[in-house]
Amino acid sequence: MGSVLSTRAKIWWAVITVVVLVGSLFPVVSIFMTSFKGPSDINSGTFLPPRWSTDNYEQILATGGSAQELFLSALRNSIGISLIATVIAVVLATLCAYAIARLNFPGKRLILTTALGVSIFPVVSIVTPLFNLWRNIGLYDTWIGLIIPYLSLTLPISIWTLAAFFRQIPWELEQAAQVDGATPWQAFRKAIVPLAAPGVFTTALIAFFIAWNDFVYGISLTSTSAARPVPAALAFFTGASYFEEPTGAISAAAVVVTIPVVVLVVLFQRQIVSGLTQGAVKG
Amino acid sequence: MNAGPPAEPAPRGRHAAPPTASEDAPTRRGATTRAESRAGTGTDPRGAPDAAAKAARSDRARAEARLGWYLAGPAFVVMLAVTLYPILQAVYDSLFNYKLTAPDDRAFVGLNNYLVILSDPVWWKALWVTLLITVITVAIELVLGFALALVMHRAIKRLRGLLRTAILVPYGIITVVSAFAWFYAFDITSGYVNHWFDWVPGIGPDLNWFAQQGTSLFVIIASEVWKTTPFISLLLLAGLAQVPGDLEEAAKVDGATAWQRFTRVIVPNMKAAIMVAVLFRALDAFRIFDNVFIMTNGANGTEVLSLLAYRTSIGQLQIGMGSAISVLLFLCVVLICFVAIKLFKVDLAGARGEK
Repeated sequence: MGSVLSTRAKIWWAVITVVVLVGSLFPVVSIFMTSFKGPSDINSGTFLPPRWSTDNYEQILATGGSAQELFLSALRNSIGISLIATVIAVVLATLCAYAIARLNFPGKRLILTTALGVSIFPVVSIVTPLFNLWRNIGLYDTWIGLIIPYLSLTLPISIWTLAAFFRQIPWELEQAAQVDGATPWQAFRKAIVPLAAPGVFTTALIAFFIAWNDFVYGISLTSTSAARPVPAALAFFTGASYFEEPTGAISAAAVVVTIPVVVLVVLFQRQIVSGLTQGAVKG
Repeated sequence: MNAGPPAEPAPRGRHAAPPTASEDAPTRRGATTRAESRAGTGTDPRGAPDAAAKAARSDRARAEARLGWYLAGPAFVVMLAVTLYPILQAVYDSLFNYKLTAPDDRAFVGLNNYLVILSDPVWWKALWVTLLITVITVAIELVLGFALALVMHRAIKRLRGLLRTAILVPYGIITVVSAFAWFYAFDITSGYVNHWFDWVPGIGPDLNWFAQQGTSLFVIIASEVWKTTPFISLLLLAGLAQVPGDLEEAAKVDGATAWQRFTRVIVPNMKAAIMVAVLFRALDAFRIFDNVFIMTNGANGTEVLSLLAYRTSIGQLQIGMGSAISVLLFLCVVLICFVAIKLFKVDLAGARGEK
């Protein structure tokens, strides 16, 4: 493959690749570097830390670290709430998308249009009434109080992504399997499930990213470490109890919550791209 | 919509006809069952089959419809519950003078909240800033996203994975984290940008990026562009993949330059994908919140509509006024959608892989 390219083309591709890599990764590297600057170097004005220090990580991770309780509870909340919202959304969306791809029934278009409408809904427009309602019925600052509104983020995209995946599944395979003597259930399980599983997994990944990224609900519907997720906790890390701005601690926390995402992206980039764009079979 | 016009003249004898390879399964199914249900209701002008077959068919259609709603219903109900209900509540609350700091003084004021907001320069300024951010980010992202999409489209296999991974990193990262990264880089105390670029006129060690509107907006827009360009470029990449390769080939044979092929063949063939990408990004940018909150919290003329709504309702606990802003924000989004669909004839469903 590479041998077909001329030397000039090779150089071009090398340059382009480097530009794209630097552009995409620079802010991440930047905050990574900041996270390793010690308290005295945080305002050094340099990109690289003058001395590499792990103080910031000790602050948020080590037992007795001054921001450890705050950070770890936020991490727990974020993982728990996002996972539950993802699972609920993917289960509901799988049933829904299966019906849309497979069955003919009045109202299909209505469901897809609703999903589209929900996904363009301004989160801030939902949050005001929820804030008031949650306070009245006791869901303010609870996990459920975030899981429910997160469904407005995760459900529409799950339905669209899965509907696109399911449309591309050659459903005749099922009939073919039945012709070959499989029971309907066997045919479904052996022929369809293996084709559908990657789409469901990818959808879950995308939905999880979206829930994990939420900020508006996180800062509006929580007030304590009982339910406050990571993005909101980062924004409300205050320097009140320290002598300096919490720049280092925030950077370290940001790096810790970014690493898993980067790993997932590296492992599943192909699936994520096909999930965001077309569907399983073509991808 | 997936059955579409081609399914209309479905002949009754189609069951016997073998499926053509080019047709995909769901479409064919849709065509079959839609015609059946039409026959079942007796409105099919092209002659009805005999009564027994009619009954059997409509039974099947009804069973299929029931199953469809059993499966899709829960998701539909949840979607309505998490959005329709809150927005109706917001419409209701917006008609009251209702502050949580004085909950007993709640009084019906009709549309007064809306009048107050729409006659307040704060609203118009926030709207203007929001529109400015939206237009600039979408314009930059469209160009960058297209460039990235073309790069990924053309890249040799070995590079493709690497490039894809790299551009997906911003997509996966929490917006708040990206906002902090950009903020710390430009911040006057912890940043290095001033030191790196002090050779540029106007940039020096004492430039406080977040003290003025222009420079604040520059950093906010830069972080927004960095974070969301992957999304637009992936949508455009999907659009590129749908451009028929033989058309491009033919243009090449006819001697078209690369630019001509791009403007005459590629772009017209992926117009729908471009429109959808732009619309989605515009709606997204219009709702911008996280970066502004982290970097300036609305100071120095960077307040956007979402932030205004948030500060009014959750910050100042003015539920009535905040709800009115929420409703207005919602109406803005609806208006943008409406204009885009009418003006550009965007077929959202079609370009999202619906056909």
